[in-house]
Amino acid sequence: MNFDCLFKKKQVFPDFWNEYLELFKQKQSKDTPIANTRFIAFDTETTGFDKKEDRILSIGAVSFIGKTIQVNHSLELYLEQDVFKPETVKIHGLMKTGSQEKISELEAIKVFLDYIKNDVLIAHHANFDRCMVNEMLLRHGLGKLKNKFIDTGVLYKKSIHLIYREKDKHYSLDDLAKELNVPTVDRHTATGDALITALIFLKIVSRLDKRKHLNWGYLLQK
Amino acid sequence: MKNSIAERVYDFLKNYPPFNILKADDLLEISKQVSIIYLEKGDTLFKKGDAFNEYFYMVRNGAITSFHTNNNNVQEIVNISDAGDIFGVRPLIAKEDYKLTATANEESIVYGIPIDTFQKVTNDNPSVYKFLITAFATNAYDPYTAEETGKIFADYLPSTSQDIVSFQTANYSKNPITCSFKSSLKDAAIKMSTHKIGCIVVVDDDIKPVGIITNSDIKNKIATGLFPIETPVTNIMSSPVFTNKKDLTVADGQLQMIKHNIGHLCITKDGTVNSKLVGVLTHHDVLVTLGNNPSVILKEIKRAKRTKKLRTARLKANTLLKSYLEQNIPISHIVKIISQINDAVTVRAIEIALKKMPSPPPVAFTWMSIGSQGRKEQLLFTDQDNAIVFEDVENDKYEETQAYFLELAKLVTKSLNKIGFEYCEAHMMASNVAWCQSITKWKLQFENWILNPDEKAILLSSIFFDYSAVYGESKLIDELSDSIYESLSKTSLFFKFLGRDALKNPPPLGFFKQFLVEENGEQKDLFNIKSKAMMPLIDAGRLLTLSKNIKGINSTYERFEKLAELDPNNKELYQSCSYAFKALLKFKTKQGLLHNNSGKFIKLETLNKEEKLKLKRCFKPIQEIQESLKIRFDLKNFV
Repeated sequence: MNFDCLFKKKQVFPDFWNEYLELFKQKQSKDTPIANTRFIAFDTETTGFDKKEDRILSIGAVSFIGKTIQVNHSLELYLEQDVFKPETVKIHGLMKTGSQEKISELEAIKVFLDYIKNDVLIAHHANFDRCMVNEMLLRHGLGKLKNKFIDTGVLYKKSIHLIYREKDKHYSLDDLAKELNVPTVDRHTATGDALITALIFLKIVSRLDKRKHLNWGYLLQK
Repeated sequence: MKNSIAERVYDFLKNYPPFNILKADDLLEISKQVSIIYLEKGDTLFKKGDAFNEYFYMVRNGAITSFHTNNNNVQEIVNISDAGDIFGVRPLIAKEDYKLTATANEESIVYGIPIDTFQKVTNDNPSVYKFLITAFATNAYDPYTAEETGKIFADYLPSTSQDIVSFQTANYSKNPITCSFKSSLKDAAIKMSTHKIGCIVVVDDDIKPVGIITNSDIKNKIATGLFPIETPVTNIMSSPVFTNKKDLTVADGQLQMIKHNIGHLCITKDGTVNSKLVGVLTHHDVLVTLGNNPSVILKEIKRAKRTKKLRTARLKANTLLKSYLEQNIPISHIVKIISQINDAVTVRAIEIALKKMPSPPPVAFTWMSIGSQGRKEQLLFTDQDNAIVFEDVENDKYEETQAYFLELAKLVTKSLNKIGFEYCEAHMMASNVAWCQSITKWKLQFENWILNPDEKAILLSSIFFDYSAVYGESKLIDELSDSIYESLSKTSLFFKFLGRDALKNPPPLGFFKQFLVEENGEQKDLFNIKSKAMMPLIDAGRLLTLSKNIKGINSTYERFEKLAELDPNNKELYQSCSYAFKALLKFKTKQGLLHNNSGKFIKLETLNKEEKLKLKRCFKPIQEIQESLKIRFDLKNFV
């Protein structure tokens, strides 16, 4: 009998993953004011929508505390991938041999985890981005993301006045940008979309704040 | 590493001075270090007296107001920066505390440009600094330079609100009544009495003023027998007259009157006695202007050509409101004046917007105020709630007509927002397709609410049933009212729903006669006077007036007064409701003025015992009226 396979589950993780996990051992307090919390808005550009088959080509992220986004604290990664689908190039504009400096998936994971730490992640239609990142982590024998997630699509719907709320309506990032008057430059680059997502989040939050609905429960509950 | 955001920041900055004269590499270096700051309306970026930041700023979207606060806590706007304008440059020029406060005039995105990087990169580039110094000089407020040269600033910056009034152009009477220097005193006196005036200007053949005759001249010189009644006016008149130019300020006018001990100033074309008379400024005119009198404010509103003027006029009404409350003037009187001013502001905003439209309205329309504005209970600036109803048109013209009114509504709501009325967060505004409809569609809409009451319908009813016409054809509104009462006569279910809604907030006292305060959220432990105390009365008042077919009375206290008149059996109850409502409104307004907000939430510990008792006394009628609703509309089992 080979017991190896039993023990394999307790495999040794690389240091950076352990460090990432370590961050979540500290109890996160819900009393932290939202204005003092570091948030990370991020977006991925992928070769397609199949989470098993498709790959992440680029990750863009901006971080902010309060209402100030520091440009020099943004993250912009381009990934070396074997999977390539010419038909999606017209959306994200990332070519197989683009001019951007590219890094390996594993390298990207390291930088990304180090960037996000244990802070709250924000994405538009967050489930997709979360899945894509988790799949990537899985491919490298790592676990899933532990961060809390906020989906701007869901949050927006919640913030609409009861009278106008349409249960099944689906809001694209463009819809929200138009609705909330966020300038859409750089649409479909990961960092550009991340910035738009961050601004959308700030605008929704200020609306909620005005109505005194703003608290952690409201933001995080699905 | 590539930084796409920095590139976008770069793309924006490069269009505006001083960045347009920087080298591309240098500018990209700056762009990488920029902070993107989101500000919602009213957010403050830095305050007067704050230590300087490491940044100066450029507006990306929106607008930022820089203002100066003087010793009397009055704010004076120094500059409003739009997209592409820089501000907050003081730390770049002189490392000292901010002298101005910068606040978002509307929702804005601002780029914070790090001074450190900027200075390193620009390296004393003289044309950059020339621009910055100029920008600084025009945006800064420096009382010393203002007084010394007076030329740096095109506008004099007045130092108190009283001054703002004093330095406005005096409102003199145009086309004054005159008489020829050849006429007799009797003729002049007859003219004065037909025109009901206290003074008459004597002019020569070229209508140049030569003298003035006042009531007291007649009293002192004719009635005493000094001169006969047929004497020429030249014997009686005071001469020469004191003259001035048209652009005379109130303060100047007052000063001259004191100096020469006179009550009237003649306004002439070039300001001397040798040109044509154009008007007369009386001492009374001066007093009226200085007195911040509602009729003057209304006049100002009616004359306003731009939204900005409307804003100043409406702000003056706030000062008026404050002084009225201090003087303990009855709240019903205050409400009437302020709502009249609010209506006048809206009317004027609509008139201005109509001028901006490419064509006159295709059909007649009415601008309705709804919600608290419709009830005319808005004393402070609150959200705007409004709607448009227009005459029926052919089906194929409907969309086109609606599009016209939506466009108009957009202009009006925008200027109302500038004046200080926030957009309604639930979009209950005429610029919303749903609330800009033809009369037939509105009738159907109301009928639908009445005949199919559900949660949404009741919520909307509580806002839309308090409509009042502000501008346009009032017959449309009458038609709408008739149709509503007709629909109401078909059902009693609607009243039950409204009744249930009116009971949803029980009297705000807890088991041990404690105030019920908010249980969670940021307003924890605050008392919400609007939803807990005023809404139950408003809801009850609406329900009862609707059920009694009372038309055209919208304000809650007046509704209860009318009810007391119609139903002598419950007279006392209704009167106490009316009284309680007025007291609560006053309470809320005072709190709002004190804390510069809507006054909705009250911190109980800031109230003294007497105030708490006063508040509590207002709750008794709430309980009684709710009990009476329960019986009247048979709600016991319905709730």
